[in-house]
Amino acid sequence: MKARVHITPKAGVLDPQGKAIQHALAALGFAGIDTVRQGKVIELDLADTDPGRARTRLDEMCRRLLANTVIEDYRIELPA
Amino acid sequence: MRAGVIVFPGSNCDRDVAVALGRSMGRPPVMIWHGTSALPDLDLIVLPGGFAYGDYLRPGAIAAHAPIMPAVVAAAHAGVRVLGICNGFQILTEAGLLPGALLRNAGLRFVCRDIHLRVENSYTPFTQLYEDDEVIRIPVAHHDGNYFADNATLAALEDNDQVAFRYCEPGGEVSAAANPNGSLANIAGIFNRDKTILGLMPHPERLADPALGSEDGSRLFDSLVATLS
Repeated sequence: MKARVHITPKAGVLDPQGKAIQHALAALGFAGIDTVRQGKVIELDLADTDPGRARTRLDEMCRRLLANTVIEDYRIELPA
Repeated sequence: MRAGVIVFPGSNCDRDVAVALGRSMGRPPVMIWHGTSALPDLDLIVLPGGFAYGDYLRPGAIAAHAPIMPAVVAAAHAGVRVLGICNGFQILTEAGLLPGALLRNAGLRFVCRDIHLRVENSYTPFTQLYEDDEVIRIPVAHHDGNYFADNATLAALEDNDQVAFRYCEPGGEVSAAANPNGSLANIAGIFNRDKTILGLMPHPERLADPALGSEDGSRLFDSLVATLS
């Protein structure tokens, strides 16, 4: 089962890289961009066949390693 | 004082801190490879600067789960003094031994230069040979030193005198201009609540020999020796 974990900076946490991207886009002439936040996507190929169990395990992986919940939010995406 | 320096793959200040500690202690500390799971009897554990595990995922994130770390966490909880410098500070936050996190520098650049620090709490084993509000000069060298904590954590740090050092002007003024990385409240280093653990981004081991132009850094190691010997 292929899973994706989306990790993004929490609201209120400064994201200097997102800001730099926003400025670069503005310099390229892309107008009307209010904010840019940069995160990361981690793709995992799991042996699990039960989506419920996969989600539970991924949640633990996120809390223990993949995300730093002091500064990051995470969202788990499993195939529908 | 019995001191040990943990060496991770990618540590690059382990030998510098061993030399600085050795000058203060009169003998070298033991070097401990991250892949072992047991610690010798120690009074001080140092997590050195560098780029443990290449800073993959987040600085300090992988190192915080290295085989030696459960023993480090257990020793820290038992009151053994722990010092994390630069990457070592990042590892301490990732391991949950210090609150908050270190974000990418606000200016996005790697900052490598001498900065000034104001000593915020000289009543600790790490800082007793400094004076309160004394200004010291110590080098920084980091890309991810932008200290962040939520409002409740920051308030608790301030209320419990857990801020060790703040970035300041040469005259001691804590200003935005003196902040090299965007750290909240100009925080350069913090203690745990019991003042047995210190994490700081600047490198005291890099100004710990008169040949380098200053010994401002060596007083931190001398303080520990004075407390723990």
